[in-house]
Amino acid sequence: MVILFFVSMIIYSVERSLPTSYVDNKARNMSMKQGAKPFEELKAELNAAYGMDKPVLVGYFTWLGNAVRGEFGDSWVWNQPVTEKFKEVIWYSFALAVIAFTLEILIAVPLGILSATRQYSKMDYAVTVFALIGISLPPFFFATILKYIFSIQLGWFDLYGIVGRMHDQYSPVGQVLDMAKHLILPVATLTIAGIGSLMRYTRTNMLEVLNSDYIRTARAKGLKNSKVIWHHAFRNTLIPLITILGGMLPGLFAGAMITETLFQIPGIGYTSYQCLIQGDLPFTMFYMSFLAVLTLTGNLIADILYAVADPRVRVN
Amino acid sequence: MSEKLNKVQDEKVSTSQALDDEQRVKVLSPGMLVAKRFFRNKLAMVGLVIIVAMFLFAFVGGVISPYGESQVFRKTEVSWKDFAGAAYNDTWIFNTKEGEDFPAAAQQKFVLASSREEETFEAGGMTYEIADLSESLKAVIAQQPVATVLTLKGKSSYKESGSTPLTEEIKKGYEAAVEAEETTFEADGESYTISKSGRQMVIAKGGEIAFATKKVFNGAAADTAMDYEFQKAALTALDAGEKAFSYGGASYELSAVEGERVIQILLDGQIYGTISDMLISPLGTDAFLHLEFKEAAEAAILAKESSFEIVNEAGETETYQLQNKNTQYVIRNEKTTMVNDKFRAPDKEHLLGTDGNGMDMLTRLMYGGRVSLMIGFVVIILEIVIGIVIGGISGYFGGWVDTILMRVVDIVVCIPAMPLYIIIGAVMDSYKIDSGLRIYALCIILGLLSWPGIARMVRGQILSLREQEFMIATEATGIRVSRRIFRHLVPNVIPQLIVMATMGLGDVILMEATLSFLGLGVKFPLASWGNIVNAVNDSYVLTNFWFVWIPAGFLILITVLGFNFVGDGLRDAFDPKMKR
Repeated sequence: MVILFFVSMIIYSVERSLPTSYVDNKARNMSMKQGAKPFEELKAELNAAYGMDKPVLVGYFTWLGNAVRGEFGDSWVWNQPVTEKFKEVIWYSFALAVIAFTLEILIAVPLGILSATRQYSKMDYAVTVFALIGISLPPFFFATILKYIFSIQLGWFDLYGIVGRMHDQYSPVGQVLDMAKHLILPVATLTIAGIGSLMRYTRTNMLEVLNSDYIRTARAKGLKNSKVIWHHAFRNTLIPLITILGGMLPGLFAGAMITETLFQIPGIGYTSYQCLIQGDLPFTMFYMSFLAVLTLTGNLIADILYAVADPRVRVN
Repeated sequence: MSEKLNKVQDEKVSTSQALDDEQRVKVLSPGMLVAKRFFRNKLAMVGLVIIVAMFLFAFVGGVISPYGESQVFRKTEVSWKDFAGAAYNDTWIFNTKEGEDFPAAAQQKFVLASSREEETFEAGGMTYEIADLSESLKAVIAQQPVATVLTLKGKSSYKESGSTPLTEEIKKGYEAAVEAEETTFEADGESYTISKSGRQMVIAKGGEIAFATKKVFNGAAADTAMDYEFQKAALTALDAGEKAFSYGGASYELSAVEGERVIQILLDGQIYGTISDMLISPLGTDAFLHLEFKEAAEAAILAKESSFEIVNEAGETETYQLQNKNTQYVIRNEKTTMVNDKFRAPDKEHLLGTDGNGMDMLTRLMYGGRVSLMIGFVVIILEIVIGIVIGGISGYFGGWVDTILMRVVDIVVCIPAMPLYIIIGAVMDSYKIDSGLRIYALCIILGLLSWPGIARMVRGQILSLREQEFMIATEATGIRVSRRIFRHLVPNVIPQLIVMATMGLGDVILMEATLSFLGLGVKFPLASWGNIVNAVNDSYVLTNFWFVWIPAGFLILITVLGFNFVGDGLRDAFDPKMKR
């Protein structure tokens, strides 16, 4: 809670330390748009919500007071309350992240264990290289390659967007399938980008466990190799694994900014990217605080899960 | 089979014994052991080779490359450009007498009146008269009111109404005309008209102010003088079927070229100008079309040809195309223009082609590599310095210092880095900050936000290290605190630091590339691998020009991969307990 307080304070100060002329210009440009509020009103609103006219500390508490009550002001880009826009777009991101997350676990954990049990085999090298490529692959480059191959050369998918051109004419089931089809490439990008580190993590932890004494004991007892690995070793590898995966859970809401932007999936990542680029202060403030909350929640969950999964920690 | 096995076993046994003997005498230092383990790791070697190759490519390649970072290549492109337009003239061309004014509104009225075959028209409070002088020549006579006359009981009272002074001559002429019941009279060599307006009579001075014709005059040179009187004289002569006319003391000949509709005006046997039915005008503003060109074009149009050739002053043959659009003709010629040689496919001159600005791709990649690698190193050094200081102090002192510093670390970890970079990038964009300066800003921001990992690691190591005996020794010898931390504790962390730094370098390069890709990191004209790939945001480039984005993305991939391989190998080498 204290950390959150300071983090939001820093974010607030950063936003505050943006040159005033920049904020003014942005507000003025916003007010030029058709149907937008007049400049004075925007400015007054900003002052009210963010205490822009007050000293930093007082202003921060003004903002904090509003934020606690869930008032984040109106987004300048979207011309609607920030929280409303957030509710609109968050589920796209969540769906995208959950699918990718599941796939990551399903692929990375078995491969990690496989490469750990056969350390220094060809299999291990292959998996290691694959994992490191996954880590090293810039997501934007991989997404572009996918687009080039599957959208342009093969023409299987659309280049952008979450729905096809004929979306409105499909039946409800067809609409869901249409969206699913548009999610394939983004999910592939996210999965490959995330798979590497998880695989490495599994491998490292599995190796650690396999080197421990009780595994040697189990082998000495003459247990079957599969039983040693899946019964003795894997269950102990699960402790750090569950901890780190649990810590990643809140991150599912954070949105994948780059991937969503590249595929123009209207999730929280793409939405806030547009806001960031166009200097939409209310939305930016909200999104940054939201991300900070997610990170902290992740740490908290990881701590709790660590205690849940490993009885030794609980005793202490 | 068994023999072979035995042999292998024999070899193994014998060599291992020999090695053991060796090692008893010569013990490798820990550093050498690490190096040995590292060099045995195939992946790490691959990584090392990649990194060395990248450095050579970026730093040496940039020097060797014959092209500059932002050298734009141009090429000449030949294309058919619209050069001139031609059409049979069917609108009136007005030629106004010097010193007179024939406004556009009046010209419109003239066109209307002549199509209705009316003899007079009014515009802007003036009355104009149309006089058919000859077949192709119509004179416009403006009537300027001179005076109004009110005649009561045979006595006339005059009132001046124009700028012309009312002279006795005019009055006399008027009275004579009224008596003779004529509507025009002459006085002082000028002609006047009388018209009735209510009970008053109006005397107006009629003067020819302009003529209208559908014939087009073309001068032999851009400054050929063909003024009002000249054209009028020429047209009058032409319509009268005369072969010559004189103007301004010189005598001109009119000669019709057989088979053509162009009439040449000759002065002393030289072509002075032409009269034709066709209006040919250049589409460029400052071009002058020669008579030869116009004649050739007209001849080609008459003969319904689609192209014609002309020998120009330099003796070269120029080819022109003719295109017919309804009654309009467009004359096109081949123009060579200099354009940026963009998206040129790879060839000998440009091994990887050129990008959207006509810059050599390979050279851009080299300079981009410099920027990417340099940013990586600067950021990592910044990270390490901050991380060591914070982590060292925190780990050495422990207690409340540790608590506070670690909370600071927690806070920095919590700050969402990517959005922060983006918003700062966007602000820098809006202030149009110089792209060189941006690189420094980028380094500082990246460094300031990514040190917590290193700080945590250093602190964790130092927490356990400070309990060891050598620290008691440093305390006993009274070495000062800063020296204890940075000379005695931190060097023990260096292996882990090197591993983290190597892996971190890859991450920084990736981050920089991502930001540049979004257009918020390194900016054009400076190159960076990220902003080279940025070209794919244009799906036209994505679809058609693989050589623009694939090499840059591939370079990022293998560079980061190289650092990760090396980092991985170093970790294994420093910490061999993972081996079974």
